[in-house]
Amino acid sequence: MTDPTGRGILPTTAPTGRPEHPATSPTRHPQHPTAPPVNSPISGGSQKLPPTRPVTSPVSAGPSGRSARRWLPGSAGPVLWALPPVVLLCLFFLYPLALVLRQSVSPDTGGTSLRPYADVFASAAFREALGTTVWLALAATAGCLLLGFALALVIAFVPFPGARAVARFVDVFLSFPSFLVTLALLFVYGRVGIANGLWTGLTGAAEGPFRFLTTPWGVLLAEITYFTPFVMRPLLAAFSQLDTAQLEAASSLGARAPRIVRRVILPEALPALASGGSLVLVLCLNEFGIVLFTGAKGVTTLPMLVYSKAILESDYPGACVVAVVNVLISVGLYALYRMVSRRAGA
Amino acid sequence: MLVHSRRARWALWAGFLVLFVPLFALPLLVVLGASLATHWSGVLPSGPTLDHYRAATRGEALGALTTSLVTAVTASLLALIAGTWAALAGTALGRRGRRVLDALFVLPVAVPSVVVGLAVLVAFSQPPLLLNGTRWIVVAAHTVLVTAFAHQSVSAALDRLDPAYAQAAASLGARPGYVLRRVVLPLLLPSLTAATGLCFALSMGELSATMMLYPPDWTPLPVLIHAATDRGSLFTGSAVAVVLMATTLLVLSAVSRIRTRASYR
Repeated sequence: MTDPTGRGILPTTAPTGRPEHPATSPTRHPQHPTAPPVNSPISGGSQKLPPTRPVTSPVSAGPSGRSARRWLPGSAGPVLWALPPVVLLCLFFLYPLALVLRQSVSPDTGGTSLRPYADVFASAAFREALGTTVWLALAATAGCLLLGFALALVIAFVPFPGARAVARFVDVFLSFPSFLVTLALLFVYGRVGIANGLWTGLTGAAEGPFRFLTTPWGVLLAEITYFTPFVMRPLLAAFSQLDTAQLEAASSLGARAPRIVRRVILPEALPALASGGSLVLVLCLNEFGIVLFTGAKGVTTLPMLVYSKAILESDYPGACVVAVVNVLISVGLYALYRMVSRRAGA
Repeated sequence: MLVHSRRARWALWAGFLVLFVPLFALPLLVVLGASLATHWSGVLPSGPTLDHYRAATRGEALGALTTSLVTAVTASLLALIAGTWAALAGTALGRRGRRVLDALFVLPVAVPSVVVGLAVLVAFSQPPLLLNGTRWIVVAAHTVLVTAFAHQSVSAALDRLDPAYAQAAASLGARPGYVLRRVVLPLLLPSLTAATGLCFALSMGELSATMMLYPPDWTPLPVLIHAATDRGSLFTGSAVAVVLMATTLLVLSAVSRIRTRASYR
């Protein structure tokens, strides 16, 4: 799906992890790049050319659209042009990843063996972290989908004065790092935070009842807060494409709002929901800042385990094993996400 | 308009506010409020003060701000060059080559950034390239992480670019290098600046990979915020966080200004 709205709500598909990171969008080029009123050489101007002018265009040579886009100088082949960035990527990304894989089968005792895998898989901490990571990510994704769908519905179809400002605020929200949410929650629900302070002030009790922040529920709340906008943006883009005449027709035929949502809007929103949801799922699986800032000893996710094994315990083989597992899960899911969004965008 | 009854509409809007304000507006307001207070365990913060800002704009925090800015600017510019180059090269490749290139460059998004940090740490703590302990390891990790976004954003823009301009210029006898410099890149400028802004914001807030490999003399803002909250100085941490947010927004709006001017060109 490209950005059909032209409003800069970029598509579900920009498969960047935070594809539509806010930064791009609020003011994302309002005019289509082809819009600027240059003295367009295509429109009419070219007819005035002397017909004898030799056409030396390498561009017009290609019959297919793809080869018409050859704007790289020099006679070097396209593969040669692609080499420098690919080599850099290999050096700074793929080679390090390969070393992580190698490290994960080289225990500290020397040699090559699968010992580290056996050790890590056998440890209760790992299995707990795996479980926590997966259920947290699934629950957060479900929460984001529900909440994002509801909020986007109101913004798009029951607009109120300031709805656009809200949509823009969501974009700004995305340009901030995730740990800010946890930082704010510490003030709201922390041990001596607002909520507990209110409670003790009202009831005179010594301690407030809100202690969920250092449990997985606190992480869940923070993740839903931070990642819901990632679902809302593709949804808003999809909604803006929806022909309102469909809604009017359905409603004039007697359908009530819940039925219209279920029968007309939801089917249109499904691709956006699917790709937004799988993106959030991957981002939640990889989330680190939120968990780190909670400071909860009780909540360990896979990225957290990688960090604590490597930095706090200096157990590099162990950290690499966890890293490999985490990468396999995330990359697998991400491939799925790309497939879904490509199909949805087709 | 989906809901026609006025009462139902108001009910929906009330529901929207009840969900939206506590979840999205409150966190930012709370951080802002806390940065100006010394104490907060009632409805409103108490003990208004600017001390946290004084602390947040000098000494260690000021150093961290410079560190973050230098890292983010370097990383986003490097990422922009690499990403744009790859995107341009991708357009000349065949279908299959293009897919391979896209998949390669999108991979850093899917890999957890903690793992990217670990991988860079493992790889550059040993010969042939010893970067561990220098600031370059942080810059390298950030660049890897944000290049994917730059590539994504530029190649999406390239796909939307009307090839007629380049074709027309070429048919008038412009050589490919000239077409690239005078036609394609100027038309891409809005997306290039947008990509730079995106990369900058991401790099400013990057915590996961940075935690894995920052050397003691190169502490970016997010790490400092974590250190502050970890030792219990939540209020100082908030002030530093506000400085981080303000800087990000300032740079983003400056960048978007370039974009507006470019789109009139």
